[in-house]
Parts: sequence; structure tokens; C-alpha cells
Amino acid sequence: MFHLNGEEFRLKVGLAEMLKGGVIMDVTNVEQAKIAEAAGAVAVMALERVPSDIRKEGGVARMANIKVIEDIMKTVSIPVMAKARIGHFTEARILEALDVDYIDESEVLTPADEENHIDKIVFKTPFVCGARNLGEALRRIGEGAAMIRTKGEAGSGNVVEAVRHMRAIVRDMKRLTTVGKEELYHEAKQLQAPLELVEWVAEHGALPVPNFSAGGIATPADAALVMQLGAQAVFVGSGIFKSSDPQARAVAIVQAAKNFDDPAKLLEASRSLGDAMPGLDVSKLPESELLSTRGW
Amino acid sequence: MVGVLALQGDFAAHEAALVRAGANTRLVRNADELGDVGGLVIPGGESTTMLKLLHYGGMMDALRRFSETKPIFGTCAGAILLAEKVCNPSQESLGAMAISVERNAYGRQNESRICSLVPEEEFIRRTGAEKVEAVFIRAPVIRKVGQGGRVLVAYNGDPVLVEQGMHLAATFHPELTDDVSVQRLFLGKL
Repeated sequence: MFHLNGEEFRLKVGLAEMLKGGVIMDVTNVEQAKIAEAAGAVAVMALERVPSDIRKEGGVARMANIKVIEDIMKTVSIPVMAKARIGHFTEARILEALDVDYIDESEVLTPADEENHIDKIVFKTPFVCGARNLGEALRRIGEGAAMIRTKGEAGSGNVVEAVRHMRAIVRDMKRLTTVGKEELYHEAKQLQAPLELVEWVAEHGALPVPNFSAGGIATPADAALVMQLGAQAVFVGSGIFKSSDPQARAVAIVQAAKNFDDPAKLLEASRSLGDAMPGLDVSKLPESELLSTRGW
Repeated sequence: MVGVLALQGDFAAHEAALVRAGANTRLVRNADELGDVGGLVIPGGESTTMLKLLHYGGMMDALRRFSETKPIFGTCAGAILLAEKVCNPSQESLGAMAISVERNAYGRQNESRICSLVPEEEFIRRTGAEKVEAVFIRAPVIRKVGQGGRVLVAYNGDPVLVEQGMHLAATFHPELTDDVSVQRLFLGKL
């Protein structure tokens, strides 16, 4: 497709490749960033509030305070990501000027544009975007996203939505590899996705960019579960710093991402962790409180 | 059989490139699996994460012993792990090669770049490749090459592919290109 083989896009995807098998942790201050790095996080997401607090406090959630992001960038040697609102390309330009390593155009923040996502191709800084299904993932890649993550339901401490989204994406990719070439036009129409990307997935059985998981991961077992379902790395938001012993939980989730298919090691990682963050029954949440339905 | 250390990072891309270069490969995730391979690739990724996972899995000593008798090829984070000395910030390493490495020396992701480089005569003679496409991602710089080290490719005067005895270190990512001449050079050491 137009931009997939360009040098800039290869560099964007290249950094995502380096994060595979790792854990990207939400942090809101320098102390948390240090804990994340010391535990073995591959990157941190610099935020003002973790998703469960955004959910609790309500109001408009925007790009984080620059000082918070800057202090975190000065503190750790691993990549630092930050979030911009859906469609808010000026917030994204500011984050690019700040020199963050990755921008998350995120449904966790209050959307700034109800129709358009950011045109990500024109940025030098790479973007990650959330997706609930294959069509959404391919629309974001078409706009220039170099990494996809499941949306899950951020701040819920409930992995069910992340599982639903990962299963949907993987199932649809497999299905595309089995249909006839002449059917791909119709598939593209159904998926509301660019034909070239639908053809790419049909040929390779995978996304043209790394496919990570986020939204509701709270335990080492949750991290291992989404990895087994096909995630190549995990984002953990509220799950670490809203638990009773963040340090131990951070280490345990890093180990779980590496040992996702080794039950004995997962058992070891799951011992002596203290309490997980409190969870929400996503099916009981009113539609207006769902974060995953933001964006299209 | 060549192993690819599969704790974290772009080990899948390395394995695919080695297969394209004609090698038999296996992923190495613990100390026992090191016993099955005649050489090892340490992939790109986050060196701090890999260090933690090496310690959590009790692999650090096993890897040091492995490096005394068998060849290792490290790219980016792998090159940092192979070094004798690491700065920005300083961190533990295997010390398998007499090189000093500065992490993230070009800057952050916005400074990542792809360059077409002309290698040293020695590299061309041994591989037949007259240019190398070097993908640098938040790359380190090799600040010093000690005794016995030989620079095979340089960029702006800095060594980016260095050989010392049986080991090989690259600050760029040959596994993210179609060209497998660097991999062939390494496989020749097994």
C-alpha cells in the first residue's frame, strides 16, 4: 500500500517490533516511571491520570500536562509514549515537538473530533491506535498507525473486552486467508477498510503492523491470556498502580508476558502479589460510560 | 543450529532473516535451550528489559559461559548486552566484546533513521555486498573498540558493525531489511 514500504513507516513499525514480548505501563509521575523501568517495562505511557481515575472523576480528559511527560522522559531510558485525544492533531503535533517516542491516539481521553481520526501518515512520530475489530484496525493503519492495540475497556480491571477484541481481530484475519481473491472487494466493503490492506491481510494472515493488547489487564494471568490469543505485547493501565503492591505486580506481569505459555512459571509469577485493582462488570456499565465505543 | 534469544524484542524478525539466509534456527528462552545451539543471536529490543529477564530466569551466568566458547551476534540491544562497558546510563552487560557503548546516543525515536552505508573492504571481500542498508532505531553508538576488535561498517566515523574474534555486534537492524549478508557473515563463524 501507499505508505507501508516507505522509510518513515518502516522506522515507525521498527520501534514497535522492538517492544514485542514486553509490557508498556501507564505511569503518572517520576516515581512510578522508575518502578516500571526497574521492573522491566519496555516502555511507559506518561499520563496525568490512569484510566480508572478518569472514569471515576469524569469531566474532559485531555493530553497530559507537558511537565509530567517531560519529567518522565528525563527520568527513564526506555521509550516514553503519551496520549492525544482522537482527532486532536494539534495535541499530537505538540507531543511530536516534545519528542515523545510514540503517540497513542486514545479513546481513554475525550474525543476531540466525532468523525475524523488524526491523519497519522504526515507525522514523523509513530502512532498506536486502539481497535475493537479488524475493520477498525485497518482503518487506523490506513491513516498511518504503526501499531494496533485492542481497546478492551480501559480502567475496568476486566479483561473480557480485550479478549473479545483480540478474538474478533484474529478470527477475521484467519477468515480472510480462506476467501477467494474476487471476494476481497466485498470484504473491504463490509469491513469499511482500504482494499489494499484487506488484500495484505488475506495474503499474510496478519496485520502489517504489530498487534498488541490493552484495556482491562490486571493480573499476570490476564497478560498471559491475551498473549496466548495472539497479542504480541501488552499495555497495562490502571492494573499496576491501582493494585496493593505495584512493584511486585509490575515484575510479575513482565515475567508473565515472556512466559505466557508456561503454566509453572505463571504460577510462580502469580504468588504473593497482594490485591489486584477492583474490577467492574462491563456488561452493567451504561453505554455512555464505555470508553471502547469512542472512535469508529 | 543457530539460536535466537527470545526473551523480548524482534526475535521473530531475526529468526525469519536467518531462515532466509539458509540457517536452521531455534528460539532460546532458558539456559537449558542454550545447550542445543552452536551460536546465538541476541535481538533488538529494550536492553533494560532483557537484562531483567536474564536475571529473573537465572540466565546471566549461562550466557557468559556460552560466550566463552560459542559465537554471539548482537543487534542494538544485543550489542549493548555484549559490550564491556555501557553508559547513558551505565548498566550491567556480558562483557563478551571489548567495546564501549552509549545507549540512545542519537536521541529519541524522531532521530531514528535508515542509511545506505558503504562497508569497509574487509566486509565487501567476505560477503560480496558493496553496500549495507542500516536501520537505526533509538540506536546506541559504539564509542570505543578495544584490542582485537575490527570495524566492518562505520557511519559518520562511528563503528556500527564490529567483529571481535567469533562475536559480532551491530548497532543497526539487518533483520529489518531483505539483505542477509550480515547474517551470512555470522553464520560463517559457526
